[in-house]
Amino acid sequence: MGAITHYFKSLMLKELLVGLSLTGRYFFRPKYTLRYPEEKAPKSNRFRGLHALRRYPNGEERCIACKLCEAVCPALAITIDSEQRADGTRRTTRYEIDLFKCIFCGFCEESCPVDSIVETDISEYHFETRGENVVGKQQLLAIGDRFEKQIAAARALDAPYR
Amino acid sequence: MAEIRNYTMNFGPQHPAAHGVLRLVLEMDGETVVRADPHVGLLHRGTEKLAESKPWNQSIGYMDRLDYMSMMCNEHAYVRAIERLLGVEAPIRAQYIRTLFDEVTRILNHLLWLGSNALDLGAMTMFLYCFREREELMDAYEAVSGARMHACYYRPGGVYRDLPERMPQYKESRWTKGADLKRRNEWRQGTMLDFFDAFCDDFVQRIDEYETLLTDNRIWKQRTVHIGVVSPEQALRMGMSGPMLRGSGIAWDLRKKQPYAAYDQVEFDIPVGVNGDCYDRYVCRVEELRQSTRIIKQCVKWLREHPGEVMLRNFKVAPPSRVEMKQDMEALIHHFKLFTEGYCVPPGEVYCAVEAPKGEFGAYLVSDGANKPFRVKLRAPGFAHLSAMDEIVRGHMLPDVVAVIGTLDIVFGEIDR
Repeated sequence: MGAITHYFKSLMLKELLVGLSLTGRYFFRPKYTLRYPEEKAPKSNRFRGLHALRRYPNGEERCIACKLCEAVCPALAITIDSEQRADGTRRTTRYEIDLFKCIFCGFCEESCPVDSIVETDISEYHFETRGENVVGKQQLLAIGDRFEKQIAAARALDAPYR
Repeated sequence: MAEIRNYTMNFGPQHPAAHGVLRLVLEMDGETVVRADPHVGLLHRGTEKLAESKPWNQSIGYMDRLDYMSMMCNEHAYVRAIERLLGVEAPIRAQYIRTLFDEVTRILNHLLWLGSNALDLGAMTMFLYCFREREELMDAYEAVSGARMHACYYRPGGVYRDLPERMPQYKESRWTKGADLKRRNEWRQGTMLDFFDAFCDDFVQRIDEYETLLTDNRIWKQRTVHIGVVSPEQALRMGMSGPMLRGSGIAWDLRKKQPYAAYDQVEFDIPVGVNGDCYDRYVCRVEELRQSTRIIKQCVKWLREHPGEVMLRNFKVAPPSRVEMKQDMEALIHHFKLFTEGYCVPPGEVYCAVEAPKGEFGAYLVSDGANKPFRVKLRAPGFAHLSAMDEIVRGHMLPDVVAVIGTLDIVFGEIDR
C-alpha cells in the first residue's frame, strides 16, 4: 500500500507542488524587503560605527590625551600626539584614526575615561581620495559636534549597562 | 594508439560555489573526479601570530573574524581558555547569556549553510527565506553587542554588557507606516528576551517551511542522497566533528560530552544521521536548528527569572563599571592598568574547545606568565573536514563536488586563519 501511495504521490509531483504553493502563499504576503535608503533597518543604540570626539557642554574638548585608546587599539589604528597648553592642561595636538585599520571593536570607547572618543551609529560614509581614510582631530570633533545630540542620547540609554 | 590522459582543472579560487577562496585542483577522468587537491592559505591573516603580540583581551575581536559565520562561538572558545588559565569563572547569568548566544550563532550559521548549500544545488528560493530569518538574529546580535557580525561581546569573566531592555525598532518611512510598521515592530515591543520568545515561536514554523521546500524535493534528493558518504570509521579517522561526525551516526557533541557554560542545565537532543551522506547531514543540521530553538527558549526563561551580574567583580581581570571608575581612585587605577597592560596570566597551557556550529572549535593557549599569550593555536573544524575532501569526492561526478563542498560547511576564515 505504501509503495502505491508513494508511486502516485511521486507521479503527481506532490512535493514539488506543495513547495510551489508555499512560494505562492508568500507571493501574496506583505513583502519583507526594505527599500533602502528610504527606509532602514533598525539600529541599536550600542551600534559601533564611525568615530567621533566629543566636547563638554562648555565647548572644551573632552580628550585629555591619556592615550588609553591608543594603547588598547588592537589594530593600532589610533595615533596621538600631545602637549601642554598655555592654561596648564594637557591636550592632543594630533588625534588620528585610520579607518582602514580600524576593526570597530569598540575598545577605544570602552577605555576612554572621559567619554571623549565614541563610536557613533553612523555607518554611511565614504572616501573620495586616498588618504581620506585617516581622519584627524578636527574632523572627529566636527562629527562629534554635529551629532552630539544623538551620541548623548545613545550613551544615556546604555549607561545602566556599562 | 592515442594516449589518454586525465584532465586537470582548477575549481576556484574565484568560483561562486567554492565558498570563499578555496582552490581545488581536480584531476578529472571525463566527468569523474580521480583526485581532489585542496589548496588553502589564500585567506591567511596570521591570527595566531598576531595574538602573540597583543594583550589577551585585544585578540577577542580577531576571533570573530576566524569563522565569520559563527562569531560568538569562536570567542567563547578563546575566552573560556583564558578563564581556565586564570582560574576564574563567569557568573551564572553570563554563562546563560553565552549559551543563548552560542545557539543564536548556531542558527545563524546553519541558516547560512542551508541557504547557500541549497543555492549551490539550484534551489534559489531557500537562500532568500534563510536570510530573512538571519536578519532578525543579526538585529539581536547588534542590539546586544553593537555589531551585526563581529560582536566582540564575550570577555574573560563574563560578557561585556547585560541584555538590553529594549529592542531597536523600525522607524516610519514613506513606504512603511501604520499597520505595516506595526507588523514589522510586533516582536520588538518588549525586551530582548520577549523578542527571542517571539522569534522562536515563529521560527519553528519557518523550519517546517524549509523542510517543505527541500526534504522531500526530488531534485534535492537526487543531488544529495548517497553523495559524499562518510563512514563512521572514516569520520573518526579524519578527525571530523560536529554535524559531519553526527551525520555518520556517531553521537558526539561537546555540549553533552563535556558540558560548558550552561549546557548541562538545559535540555536538548543530539540528532544523528544513519547513512553519512549529504542528505543525512542536511537532516541533522535542520534538526539542530530545532534543538537550538529549544535551548534558546529555555535560556530565555531562565534569564527572565534571574537578573544579576554578567561580569566578574574581580578588577584584576575585568574592568570596573564606568560609574565606579569615575568616582573611585582605586577603580580608575584598575581601569588604566587593564586597558594598557592588561592582566598577566599564570604560566601554563590549556586546551579548551566548544561545540561550534561546524564542529569542535578549540583554542590551545600557552602562557609564560606575561600579559600576552606565548603561543596561540586554534583548532578549526573546517580544516579537518577539508582535508577529507579528497577521500570523500573521489569517484564522484564534478557537480557532486559542489554538493560536498557545501555539506562540509567550510569557511576560509577559520581554515586559513
